[in-house]
Amino acid sequence: MRYLPKSPSERQQMLAAIGVRSMEELFTSIPAAHRLNRPLNLLGPLSEMEIIDYFRARAAENSCGYTSFLGAGVYNHLRSVVTDALIQRGEFLTSYTPYQPEISQGTLQAIFEFQTLMCQLTGQEVANASMWDGSTALTEAVLMAQRLTGRHQAIVARSLHPEYRDVLATYARNVSLEIDEVAYTPTGQIDAAALRTAVNDATAAVVVQSPNFFGVLEQVPELAEIAHAKQALLVVAITEAVSLGIVRPPAEADIVAMEGQSFGLAPSYGGPFVGVIATREKFVRQMPGRLTGQTTDHAGRRGFVLTLATREQHIRREKATSNICTNQALCALAAAIHLCLLGKEGLKELAQQNLAKARFAAAELAKIPGVQRAFSGPSFNEFVVELPRSVKMVNADLLQDKIIGPLPLSGFYPELSKRGLVCVTETTPRAEIERLAASLRQILDRPV
Amino acid sequence: MTDRIKKASRHTSQSEGLIFEKSAPGKRGIELPRLDVPAVDARQALSAAHVRETVNGFPEVSEIEVIRHFTRLSTWNYAIDLGMYPLGSCTMKYNPRVNEFVARLDGIATEHPFQPIQLSQGCLKIMQALQNCLLEITGMDAVTLEPSSGAQGELTGLLLIRAYLESQGNPRQKVLIPDSAHGTNPATAVIAGYQVENIRSDARGQIDVERLRQTITEDVAALMVTNPSTLGVFEQHIAEIAEILHANGSLLYMDGANMNALAGIARPGDFGVDVMHINLHKTFSTPHGGGGPGAGPVMVKKILEPFLPVPVLAGKSDGTLTLDFSRPKSVGRMRAFCGNFGVLVRALAYALAYGPGIRQATEDAVLNANYIRKHLEDVYELPYKSPSMHEVVFSDARQKKYGVNTIDIAKRLIDYGFHPYTTAFPLIVPGAMMIEPTESEPKEECDLFIDAMRAIAEEAATNPEVVKTAPHSTRVGRLDEVSAARKPILRWQPKASGEAAD
Amino acid sequence: MYPSNYRYTKEHEWIRIENGIGTVGITDYAQHELGDVVFVELPKAGAKLSAGQSFGTVESVKAVSEIYSPVSGEVLETNTSLANEPEKINKDPHGAAWLIKLKIANAAELNTLMDAAAYQTYISEKQKEAAH
Repeated sequence: MRYLPKSPSERQQMLAAIGVRSMEELFTSIPAAHRLNRPLNLLGPLSEMEIIDYFRARAAENSCGYTSFLGAGVYNHLRSVVTDALIQRGEFLTSYTPYQPEISQGTLQAIFEFQTLMCQLTGQEVANASMWDGSTALTEAVLMAQRLTGRHQAIVARSLHPEYRDVLATYARNVSLEIDEVAYTPTGQIDAAALRTAVNDATAAVVVQSPNFFGVLEQVPELAEIAHAKQALLVVAITEAVSLGIVRPPAEADIVAMEGQSFGLAPSYGGPFVGVIATREKFVRQMPGRLTGQTTDHAGRRGFVLTLATREQHIRREKATSNICTNQALCALAAAIHLCLLGKEGLKELAQQNLAKARFAAAELAKIPGVQRAFSGPSFNEFVVELPRSVKMVNADLLQDKIIGPLPLSGFYPELSKRGLVCVTETTPRAEIERLAASLRQILDRPV
Repeated sequence: MTDRIKKASRHTSQSEGLIFEKSAPGKRGIELPRLDVPAVDARQALSAAHVRETVNGFPEVSEIEVIRHFTRLSTWNYAIDLGMYPLGSCTMKYNPRVNEFVARLDGIATEHPFQPIQLSQGCLKIMQALQNCLLEITGMDAVTLEPSSGAQGELTGLLLIRAYLESQGNPRQKVLIPDSAHGTNPATAVIAGYQVENIRSDARGQIDVERLRQTITEDVAALMVTNPSTLGVFEQHIAEIAEILHANGSLLYMDGANMNALAGIARPGDFGVDVMHINLHKTFSTPHGGGGPGAGPVMVKKILEPFLPVPVLAGKSDGTLTLDFSRPKSVGRMRAFCGNFGVLVRALAYALAYGPGIRQATEDAVLNANYIRKHLEDVYELPYKSPSMHEVVFSDARQKKYGVNTIDIAKRLIDYGFHPYTTAFPLIVPGAMMIEPTESEPKEECDLFIDAMRAIAEEAATNPEVVKTAPHSTRVGRLDEVSAARKPILRWQPKASGEAAD
Repeated sequence: MYPSNYRYTKEHEWIRIENGIGTVGITDYAQHELGDVVFVELPKAGAKLSAGQSFGTVESVKAVSEIYSPVSGEVLETNTSLANEPEKINKDPHGAAWLIKLKIANAAELNTLMDAAAYQTYISEKQKEAAH
């Protein structure tokens, strides 16, 4: 087997050195009754070529050749070959968590740069070395607010990503955290008046997303004021991180929970991505996840170490801030490289292109009789359209034209039947936007 | 330097500052295609209150500078690609490159989790194939691939136990955890709403079966066991432990972190385990990448299947696959979308490469650990003499008298060209030195490691200073972790005269 | 080493009494076991503690230690200087690095604590155990 570096004779030499006659003897500590006495029934072994063929065949059963207008927490943005080449260097790809700083300075410095980039983007003072993804980062952010305030209620915007709300609900169930929901208004934004009524002395956190699930920007300063009036914390989730190239960061938030997939990571059917928690310096000891800090060695040379580890499970065990152990280091590295490539101007231009393309698409679709924008609030690169008939039925027809149409919202929001979420990024050519509009117009022209 | 250092020699490594320190206005490393729609004034489109002008402090560098920056940083890391990574409990095995290749294919990396199910059959088939493989290897009945990591897998498993016990009328209060367990176990139990009761290992480092029988109470929901234990030893009485739990209405959770000792040899489902997770970044070779991403699928017995997190992979009558969201008894969702799909792809590619031959990998892993044990047990203390499986735990007890501890020896290994072993874990071994070579090491590399460890044992006796002040060959020496924790510096800041953070 | 006018707990806290006010800290043995202290977490003034109740933590780089109240009482004051200078605990554990001042609720509880000599014996035994 090509991954196993021993010859039969070497195996025999090693067995002899140990003082056993056979491999079998190495496993005698497993009671015989528990030992498997047959070969596993598995496909393989396959050669490298056969493995590639297998996955090419699977890839062909997916969506190749279709143009997609899906976003909703996973975005199709440009990815540079530079990023991919760098993260495939073995020294990054095949290294462990940097617990031994003397031989992990590469990973540690890269994480320190990632933390800095995340602070700059979110307008917060500290950011951790990454979480599993945006949904778990959001959940951990709310649990963090619960610890910081000693309160046990979270008030969550209905316009928060439905799957993020589901994850929060799963975790909340066993830590005595009550979740209440606040509706959205015709702008697509959270109902601020209802929020003001809902927030009370037991509220640990107000939780919103901006741009929210409908693509609409929230009025973060006002929401912060509402939360802070009752000493609750404001947690802001961000799923479309590219928006931060042009959208004012949620600096008034107490904790920002972000999905960084937009920074150079492939959609990859939903993961692996990179979650981020950023917050105020004074809250850092209640922040979950790994942190890299700058320090010096005995000779005064700058170096980096994992720090404030006493918050974590391997030391504090049942009293840890979280059970998280791994971060998403390689994804964080990819995001950091991608952002360094983009730089200040590139990120801004990228965000501007998204805004312009989405505006163009919204205008093109609005020209179609019976199609209109569902919400009036300001949006970045996603918007909700209202169609004269079921989005699912329309999408079935769009597939005939090799177009994956708007995400039907009725599954997540029963009240939003005939509404679909459209996402347009810099990777969507104008011609494809025009093709979507033309195709949609034709479909809607046809009698049902 | 001693002439016994054979694997490492010094060579020049490039110095490199922070990327922010290389920045100069007007440089960039990516150019975008020309905008093919009319430009939009953001202040008009979004209103001025929503717009930011710039990201203060953001770097501005060219493509070649980015390449050099990160390439230089990479050379400061140790990696499996450079040599043996004997971290016990971490299973640092070879990460096959074809896995990286297939995970990046168009049609795999490019797929969106919300795309129509009929255009996702390839993704779902990959998930199904991996599920079947994990079930066959573990001998369990059902599986979820959703958890993002081992720790989230543990939480998923405990939530399943809680949901099951609730359906039986009482979720119970306590989870028993051996003192040799990973720190994630107790941390997870608390998040699942349970109290942790630590149970002491017996003199052989095993769970004390008689004590368990006598002390188990009705409020025990489950026992979390790592098997083989963190000492690298198989729990002899695992089936009996399972019987005691089951007779008490409790369940047996297995932390599958050490599955690399069992694949193809023994199946947890056959020795009484009710629920377990497996770390794909350990046994299934997906790269650690400096600390993630991983994935922690959870396998269960039939009785727990109704409670699996949504969505669940399901077959349709027409032979196609789908994702089932309508599962009324489900514990809910553990994370958005379908888990770390890209990691699942790599794990399947690994499993396909071996097929049933994965047994040979397990055998080689156990062979390497025992070979190293045999060659070091005369110079390092072996606190538990039970037969080793895929890893061996020594202690620094014999070196203590020279003032040399496990961390010193670990740091000295760096000078010999190796990554350190795991220090100070498991907690039941004071001064633990936990060594897991994995099957990926040739005999030659094992011999070099043994030689290095023996040379360090001699140094500890004859020249302890050189061990205590190691490493001597790295870019930076031992770093001041105390200052780092007292006055944390967690981000770069521009010089006072520069831009302020916004 | 261990002041004779202090009383000590098995968890290595000390208490000194002046006018019904108890000053509490951790012992030299405790700071030595922990190593370089990097962070201290203390309760708010006004907190009511019972004897043996955990009221805070002392952290080194790789360990966290809970601190338990030797007797019952109400927290009157905490040593805020430790926030910026946790290293004081290593330098002067029995003096400048006191942690909290307590208004003692039940003076009789002091009788359950060890005096300096008993504590000295107690930790000598601990050290012997560790050497084995």
